[in-house]
Amino acid sequence: MAESKIKLSVRKATKHYGAVTALAEASFDMREGEFLTLLGPSGSGKTTLLMIVSGLTQPDGGEVWIDGRLATYAPPHKRDIGIVFQNYALFPHLTVYENIAFPLRMRQMAERKIAEEVMRALDTVQLAHTAKRMPRELSGGQQQRIALARCTVYRPSIVLMDEPLGALDRKLRDQMQLEIKHLHQHLGITVLYVTHDQDEAMTMSDRICLMNNGRIEQLGAPQELYFRPRSVFVADFLGESNLLPGTVIESGASLVVEGPGGLKVRAMPSPDLGVGARVRLMARPESLRLIGPGEEADNVAEGTLAEIVFVGGVRRYYVALAGEAMLTVKELTDAGAAARSPGEPVRVGWEAGRTIALPESAGSSP
Amino acid sequence: MGSRAHDSTAGERGVLAVSVASASALPGAARPQSRWLAAWPLYPLIVFLVVFLIYPVVQLLWLSFTDPSGHLSLVNYTRIATTPVYLQVLAITFKIAGWTTVFTILAGYPVAYLLATLPERRRDALMLLVLMPFWTSFLVRTFAWMVLLGRNGAVNRLLVALGIVDAPVSLIYNFSGVMIGMVQGMMPLAILTMVAVMQNIDATLAKAAHTLGARGGQAFWRIYFPLSLPGVAAAGLLVFITSLGFFIIPALLGGAHETMISQVIISVIQELMNWRFAGALSLVLLGSAALVFYLYDRVLGMSTLSGGAAGSDRLAERGRANILSTGGAWLGGRAIALFGWLCDRAALLWELVVPGSPRRPQRRLARGVLWVAGLLVIAFLVVPSFFVIPVSFTADRFVEFPPKGFSLRWYATYLGSPAWIDATIRSITVAFMTGIAATLLGAAAAFVLVRQRIVGRMAVLTLVLMPLILPRMIIAVALFYLFARLGLVGTQAGLVIGHTVLAVPYVVITVMAVLKTYDERYDQAAWSLGATKWKALWHITLPQIRAGLIAGFLFAFVTSFDDLTVALFITAGATATLTRQMWNDLLLQVNPTLAAVSTVILLLITVFIVAAELLRRRAVRH
Repeated sequence: MAESKIKLSVRKATKHYGAVTALAEASFDMREGEFLTLLGPSGSGKTTLLMIVSGLTQPDGGEVWIDGRLATYAPPHKRDIGIVFQNYALFPHLTVYENIAFPLRMRQMAERKIAEEVMRALDTVQLAHTAKRMPRELSGGQQQRIALARCTVYRPSIVLMDEPLGALDRKLRDQMQLEIKHLHQHLGITVLYVTHDQDEAMTMSDRICLMNNGRIEQLGAPQELYFRPRSVFVADFLGESNLLPGTVIESGASLVVEGPGGLKVRAMPSPDLGVGARVRLMARPESLRLIGPGEEADNVAEGTLAEIVFVGGVRRYYVALAGEAMLTVKELTDAGAAARSPGEPVRVGWEAGRTIALPESAGSSP
Repeated sequence: MGSRAHDSTAGERGVLAVSVASASALPGAARPQSRWLAAWPLYPLIVFLVVFLIYPVVQLLWLSFTDPSGHLSLVNYTRIATTPVYLQVLAITFKIAGWTTVFTILAGYPVAYLLATLPERRRDALMLLVLMPFWTSFLVRTFAWMVLLGRNGAVNRLLVALGIVDAPVSLIYNFSGVMIGMVQGMMPLAILTMVAVMQNIDATLAKAAHTLGARGGQAFWRIYFPLSLPGVAAAGLLVFITSLGFFIIPALLGGAHETMISQVIISVIQELMNWRFAGALSLVLLGSAALVFYLYDRVLGMSTLSGGAAGSDRLAERGRANILSTGGAWLGGRAIALFGWLCDRAALLWELVVPGSPRRPQRRLARGVLWVAGLLVIAFLVVPSFFVIPVSFTADRFVEFPPKGFSLRWYATYLGSPAWIDATIRSITVAFMTGIAATLLGAAAAFVLVRQRIVGRMAVLTLVLMPLILPRMIIAVALFYLFARLGLVGTQAGLVIGHTVLAVPYVVITVMAVLKTYDERYDQAAWSLGATKWKALWHITLPQIRAGLIAGFLFAFVTSFDDLTVALFITAGATATLTRQMWNDLLLQVNPTLAAVSTVILLLITVFIVAAELLRRRAVRH
């Protein structure tokens, strides 16, 4: 990856709407052929960032470089980008063929060449037979594919996708995720993708850029974000997590935190955290397990089983600790496992390498 | 005995069985409620419209096919066809309606585009300005144009003062005067219709076109414009058909060469009392409107009238059906490609002359031009009427601008004149009663139309909207004929009936719109909690749609207050309404009292309409 060239570079992009800061000094780079997803809750600034890259919104400050050229305030039609919109934005008065031919016509391409390119694009999405139809005669999934064909037919530097699967039902969405991924690999295009669906982001992306309140919280590979979150927000937003408040009592080669009820927990070392720092301890429910009376682990907490929830493939145990803290333990369902019942005392064990101490930020919710 | 006893037991058993059956069934539970019975609130309106709209109009049209002795005859029509002056009037009517349509669409399109692409809050504010002249009395507006454009009017004074002309030029009492008045009068209707279609055009389509490589002009002409055409077609049709029936503006702002067919109908009735011939002219007017309607349908498909994306599809399907429209579609396609190309080249040239830098934010020149054009047109709609206000305070005996001195003498004249005061009181009384009658009839019907699936819903809707579709002149003449025989001419009852016919569609439309946004589950909840239908209506439904009802009432009030057409025939002298009184004065001699009266009407109606519009919006949003 290191040798492939930078396709998109955003430097300190900023956007205000009145008193609201929609985007605060967001910076990131994208390499050629990369699939990068902007993920975040609504209002986090991900769509604003995408619109600034597209040129449909002008930033208040910062720079956008596309393919090594400054493009901050260039109009959309000069940027060499393609967008797949949430509702596809297929032109309702033009046939499928004319929709895909549109960008080529705008580029003054010869009619014969247009026909060739359009049919090739239609073949790629396996919808050659729909060329003469109107967009509204197609199903949602087909419209989605036509939108993809339309924005790849002129081979833009970057394809931007704004929640393109938002309008589809669950099953079709799963199928289209794979199709988009295959198309990405097949065409070798660079994709900047926006979604609020973390599963979608995890499934498709090379890297995820997680956003919150107009800022980039963390940017990295899906695994990195999931197992090595750098903030409470990231830990809380992606997947399930146990978050316990605590104070650092030992820092250095190993990190020890005193949690609720005097519970001492060992966590991954972190040079930023000194003794006395207020932190949140994060451990994924699937990293925790219920252990027997004699069993040992890096961290052990004793408590009472409050509730058991059976959800098919997995079983969740809610364990009440001293001091009102609660831990969630997730185990794969095993028909042969010993039956437990609420109210019984249990021990929960987990590894220090699966425990991360996150700096307590002002305003972060438990 | 044994058998008797047996019989009686059997009888008792039978009684028992019946009583069990009746005990286990709730009242009315055994049979489904008749759908015909359930739709009863609709019937008063249907009966009312059949008696006071359909019957008189059909009778008038029937009358036109008879000769003075009552026999079937085409004598009235041969007279129209063989008299050059009537054919000329017909040609003039079409010419004026045609040019009005052209100018209205050309000037209205940028405003509609601006409104449709604005955020909701700003759009609502500007829309109120666009709508205001729609409801400002035609007489007041026409009078305002006389103040502005007359020989001693503001415009001529300005032109002379600036030395652009030596002597005052004739701006009114000719074709240009009629055009100015007509275009102003029709513009709100055209803008409303176009905005309705444009609002349904997805804003991301133009954005998508930009990202696919289209410059601003290309995206507009190739994407937005074709999608907005159904709105343009619908607006054009409505403007043309409505223009055909005009008489106030050509009578007051035009000259002898701008006489339209409605003016001829008036003189045939008022001077000749010839019902048959008036009926024939009415049918010609109606026939012209229907013919235009039919041609539109053949070429464009009626679905364009309902607008929306469905329109463009049907348009394409219809297009294949006949040569006329296929040719039109081909030409249209070429034209759009040409406009798109021209815009693209122009934009390219502009980019060469003023190269945009990726380092600086781009200025949006086109948007600025659009704002300027839009605000100019809106000013043309709104500003002229307000010129009557300063004129009303003149100390001089003539209407002129700027006014000479300051005095309240014309208000004193107005308030001191029994004729004016009587007319004012009569107008307000009639408008109030019309408001009540139209609201009762219309709201009841709206409930049925929104909530029940009734047989012939389209037919009923057409009937209810008929007073809007039919040229008002025809309704007025037909009612005059009916009232003449019923002895209702010159009575308040007659006026209220006539005005209710005109006003009831506005009430039905307003209340239906509000009811569509009303969640019926509130009522269902009330019923399940033990409320009867009436109690649920009174305690739950009506309080929530109150704003809509009041808006409907106010629209009806204004429709009545502003009407001249019906009042023209069924009131006279001592029973004149305010508009009738103004009309008489305007025809005889323009005087500053009219300015005082106009100011009063203007303020009154503006307050009413702004209130009604705000209430309607609150109700619909709610």
